[in-house]
Amino acid sequence: MRCGMPAVFPAPAPRRAPADHEKGSLMESFIQQCVNALQWGSFYALIALGYTLVYGVLRLINFAHGDIFMVGAYIAFFLSTGMLAEGGMFGFSRELTLALTVPLTMLLTSCCGVTLERIAYRPLRRKGAHRLYVVITALMCGLILENGNLALLGASRRALPELLDKRIYSLGGIAVTNLKLLVIFTAVLVFVFLHGIVTRTRIGMAMRAVSYNRFALPLMGIPLDSVIVFTFVLGSGIAGLGGVLFAMSYPVLEPYMGAMTGWKAFIAAVVGGIGDVRGAFLGGFLLAFVEIMVAAFLPSTFRDLFAFSILLLILWKRPTGIFGMPLTTKI
Amino acid sequence: MQRYTINIIFLAAAVSLVAAAAAGLFDNYILTVLMFMGINIIFASSLNLVNGHMGEFSCGHAGFMCVGAYVGSLLSVVFFTSNKFFGDPLFPPEAAPFLFPLVLILASLAAALFGLIVALPSFHTRDDYLAIITIAANYIIISIVENIDAIGGPRGFSGMKRTMNVMGDVIHLPWMLIWVLIGCFVCITVLYRLVTSTYGKGIPAVCQNEVAAEIMGVNTNKVKIMAFMVSSGLAGMAGVLYAHVYGYVNAQAFNILKSTEGLVMVYLGGMGSISGVILAAVAFTLLVEALRFVIPAANDLLHIWGILPASSELSQIWKWVIIPLILILLMQLRPEGLLGNKELTHVFPRLRRWVSFK
Repeated sequence: MRCGMPAVFPAPAPRRAPADHEKGSLMESFIQQCVNALQWGSFYALIALGYTLVYGVLRLINFAHGDIFMVGAYIAFFLSTGMLAEGGMFGFSRELTLALTVPLTMLLTSCCGVTLERIAYRPLRRKGAHRLYVVITALMCGLILENGNLALLGASRRALPELLDKRIYSLGGIAVTNLKLLVIFTAVLVFVFLHGIVTRTRIGMAMRAVSYNRFALPLMGIPLDSVIVFTFVLGSGIAGLGGVLFAMSYPVLEPYMGAMTGWKAFIAAVVGGIGDVRGAFLGGFLLAFVEIMVAAFLPSTFRDLFAFSILLLILWKRPTGIFGMPLTTKI
Repeated sequence: MQRYTINIIFLAAAVSLVAAAAAGLFDNYILTVLMFMGINIIFASSLNLVNGHMGEFSCGHAGFMCVGAYVGSLLSVVFFTSNKFFGDPLFPPEAAPFLFPLVLILASLAAALFGLIVALPSFHTRDDYLAIITIAANYIIISIVENIDAIGGPRGFSGMKRTMNVMGDVIHLPWMLIWVLIGCFVCITVLYRLVTSTYGKGIPAVCQNEVAAEIMGVNTNKVKIMAFMVSSGLAGMAGVLYAHVYGYVNAQAFNILKSTEGLVMVYLGGMGSISGVILAAVAFTLLVEALRFVIPAANDLLHIWGILPASSELSQIWKWVIIPLILILLMQLRPEGLLGNKELTHVFPRLRRWVSFK
């Protein structure tokens, strides 16, 4: 039940153009699949960015990140059903609901991420525990989030109400919905924003400093904990944004939805070179491209096999990913 | 005399367990729990070789168990039972109890070969990246199994119960319990001998400082291949036993959650402590089984006290909230696990009067 079930993890079905284009050439279907891959990759990229931010700063694989994405989707569900006109408490219109849901979800999800950091990771970091213990704690936090959700809210699947009128634009036989455009556009925007923060701002410089040497940092008068909290806010907020968009695109919410997507996004981050914002972004799209193409032209059960085999090959030949810098070991 | 204490105790315990089971003193539930305890011991202590002694972070160990389970089930069905795919049994049914070790060995070898998937990339890669490779290996194995339709694909594979029946027909004994006990003994002996041997000292050397170990003349690549293959081979053996105890295997039973169970046992017991991990495996199995009864009891109690509204109910899913919570608390309060990286005789020195590890 947990992993890889097709219903849980739906590959975006190729949206075919109208009937007269049905006999569209291979090229057309390829481009259509590329558009699908761009959308799918946007989700991976949004989650992978959070992974890579936290890893880049703390050298910690935050295995609970995929589940934070799930929490984001659930928060979006409760907020939007609570606010909508039909059956909701406030009776807002759909546009207003969407406009309020996105920032509120990002805010609440980042609260969730920061709470996790405060109660689980920070005490361990203060004690100077081995990195491995922190990783295990993260893994267990993820399990608690998904199973706690399952135990509290039950296994019934939920669907986000439609917040956006679906429009289909057709460009020469290639169908694009406005939601797809929104998702892809958001992912690119978030990437540009994050890249700007990390490379151009003072806090970004502080983040890079933490990853460079965490122990010299306080000596320079940089508040370590604030930088780390900021990183978690950023990463979890983006995961929450990804959760909203995912829930809008594939309206099936269930507690384990973050687990598999999270693992895959993590792979995307590693393939790109974990710790590098560009790598996470590129890796997300690369992985989605491979998955969609495998699912489109081969039996879809081979999707995981190919995705993971490619990961294995990339790591074997280039152990630090595409953008990753090899670390030298001092003797 | 001290050298043989453990062997004697183990033999006595095993014989009395088998005798009690043969006499019908245990019901099926207790017997199954006992066997799962043994399987968990094999699974956890084989993972301990890589995660504890060698200090790598392998979190896809259940994949190798999956290989072992499938290869073992297939072999045992081909060898001992007749079915419409493979025709008549390859060997006469009287040979089943004697040839079952062959199944165990062949399946372990197959699992060890799959261990190479992880072992070869581990030459260049370490830490987090190696962890990813192990997860990927786990998923690749599950995916391969699910895509082979001849062995049932996602529907799973069954038919091992008949092998058990064939063995039971020859001599009426609780065969599965016997194989689990023998498996435990072999696993712990192999691991103990390996880790304490001169050659095996390379494994903790790689853990402590790989570069220094290489300079001191340890062939680190060879050590890594050896450790990964032994570890995954033993996990494969656990897989065969698991498949035969259940009588049915499904690839999704060996997903990342099963690997996490192994990690829980290793870190509960203490990395690099053989006796600690054995204790942890026993404790973990008992804990999981105890929660099966504790959760309904807690549910009733909360309803009586009126803390929980009548509409909601505590379900067994809480088990997977409680177990991670225990591990998180353990990481906060005693991160080195129950015994740290010491053996039982180091923690309780008086035991040395009775037992010697030499």
